[in-house]
Amino acid sequence: MALIEIKGVDFTYNELETPALANINLSIEAGEFIAIIGGNGSGKSTLAKLLNVLLLPGSGKVLVDGMDTADEKYKLKIRQKVGMVFQNPDNQLVAARVEDDIAFGPENLGIPGPEIRKRVDQALELVGMAGFHDYPPHELSGGQKQRIAIAGIIAMEPDCIVLDEPTAMLDPKGRKEVMDTIHFLNKEKGITIIHITHFMEETIGADRIFVMHNGAIYKEGTPEEIFHSISDIKRLGLDVTVVVELAERLKKEGFNLPDVLTISELVDCLC
Amino acid sequence: MLIELKNVTHVYEHERGTRVLKNVNLEIRENEFIGLIGHTGSGKSTLAQILNGLIKPSEGNVIIDGIDITKEKVNLQRIRQKIGLVFQYPEHQLFEETVYKDIAFGPGNLELDPEDIEIRVREALELVGLNYEEFKNRSPFNLSGGQQRKVAIAGVLAMKPEVLILDEPTAGLDPQGRRQLMGLLETLYKKEGITVILISHRMEEIARLSTRVIVLCEGKVQFDDSPEKVFAEVEAIKKLSLGLPEITEILHCIKERGFDVRTDIFTIDGAVKEIVSKLRRKDIC
Ligand SMILES: Nc1ncnc2c1ncn2[C@@H]1O[C@H](COP(=O)(O)OP(=O)(O)OP(=O)(O)O)[C@@H](O)[C@H]1O
Ligand SMILES: Nc1ncnc2c1ncn2[C@@H]1O[C@H](COP(=O)(O)OP(=O)(O)OP(=O)(O)O)[C@@H](O)[C@H]1O
Ligand SMILES: [Mg+2]
Ligand SMILES: [Mg+2]
Repeated sequence: MALIEIKGVDFTYNELETPALANINLSIEAGEFIAIIGGNGSGKSTLAKLLNVLLLPGSGKVLVDGMDTADEKYKLKIRQKVGMVFQNPDNQLVAARVEDDIAFGPENLGIPGPEIRKRVDQALELVGMAGFHDYPPHELSGGQKQRIAIAGIIAMEPDCIVLDEPTAMLDPKGRKEVMDTIHFLNKEKGITIIHITHFMEETIGADRIFVMHNGAIYKEGTPEEIFHSISDIKRLGLDVTVVVELAERLKKEGFNLPDVLTISELVDCLC
Repeated sequence: MLIELKNVTHVYEHERGTRVLKNVNLEIRENEFIGLIGHTGSGKSTLAQILNGLIKPSEGNVIIDGIDITKEKVNLQRIRQKIGLVFQYPEHQLFEETVYKDIAFGPGNLELDPEDIEIRVREALELVGLNYEEFKNRSPFNLSGGQQRKVAIAGVLAMKPEVLILDEPTAGLDPQGRRQLMGLLETLYKKEGITVILISHRMEEIARLSTRVIVLCEGKVQFDDSPEKVFAEVEAIKKLSLGLPEITEILHCIKERGFDVRTDIFTIDGAVKEIVSKLRRKDIC
């Protein structure tokens, strides 16, 4: 059974005529790293909110580990399985100390005290912030804050983490730190990752990319498959990565290059 | 419009006295395109708000066209009409019930005819790539992240400011929206002579149009120079939690393999030319 299964889902916001999501069908296996890209307003955040019961589908079904999100009795269980990290960590960090912030989620789940302390330590360790227990979150850097927000989700021991543009406001170093962290969680801890981003280069390490357009999944494939149909991607108002674009331009100039995705692949082939 | 900062230091009161800007001296001349970069928390947004009079610095002077706006009785409203600021978080800027009212708010204070206001709202929405009829009656709070960002930008454009300060305006925009906005900034800067101050964590955006790059580190100005000079300081830039534009990074990697390519190039066009001229004759793969 897939971890997440979406079957024939439509969603329309109250005041609007056009649906934000139309006939979405997809399934995500446990342990996958999924990237979602798509133009502004294409429905990415709406889709994300369906996964942890912030929104319910208008028609169709969203199943998490076989549990229907529309069934009230599964709501808490699903939220425990699927954690959500938003763009701006400031909106997510509530407590005066890092430790209390991370403990907040597990406390709401009714986890006993000693277990919470263990989880806080583990979560901080996992995101590379061990020893930051007493720090006031507002004194941390953006990358650090975002990692604390992720730790808060990890402490709830989810099977899956959905990240909605988690690196949008970070400096280049912070962005890299957060990307390294979520890849680590995926590889070493087997946590399923669903990563929504406008940074095309952040999708290169994903198992699959979903491309959204006008509320539908326009296309789905590996990074190779998605980025090597350049004209298709550009038609949607999206873009390929700098590496892919440069390689393509060099091919037109007569360079004999294979399909490459990373800087090191490109440079190895060129030099 | 000439903006001068003299010995500007800032402390947020409830922040236990940490100086988030430390003795900043800057002169921003007419029709410059300034890229402002720095690690998270380095003071960029604070500086942006000081430049248009939203925050009064704890110490030092902010002189705009000869008038010290840190002094009493200065008409800050007029300053803010001329120096437009797009906030880092659009939700801090949007407040009306409809997109139309939100964008019309600024021009509404300029004593324009209602028809002129409508024209401005229409134009501004078109400039950011949102359809006027589709969006004018929508609530700005029920939009997608990128749509909200665009409305916030439109609200400032509708004021037609002489100086445009944009605090991470491309965060949350899709690639096409980003390209459109950068194209728009280029036009405003080149054709209309506007001064642009662009804050961004995307180095390629900063490198592309800026005539001058200011790098903040822990509240101090660390570099203030041309993009070519600033991004040549590779080690220092990386130490400051920043990076190189990706295309420049690729050229550096090629250079490390022993090819004599230039590394002060920030565009794909430029990089293609350079690689073709220096690597052509080698057998490839
Ligand atoms: N709370 C809301 N009320 C009404 N309409 C909404 C609401 N949130 C989003 N929408 C609309 O639903 C559509 C999909 O929005 P969504 O936020 O899912 O897009 P997105 O792909 O996340 O875009 P972005 O890249 O800009 O964040 C858009 O047309 C948007 O205007
Ligand atoms: N309203 C405030 N009250 C107290 N401290 C603040 C306030 N706003 C910012 N700070 C602090 O001032 C310092 C500079 O913040 P600023 O927002 O100017 O940084 P920035 O360079 O814009 O960072 P980012 O890239 O994350 O947007 C930070 O340490 C921040 O925590
Ligand atoms: Mg979104
Ligand atoms: Mg800022």
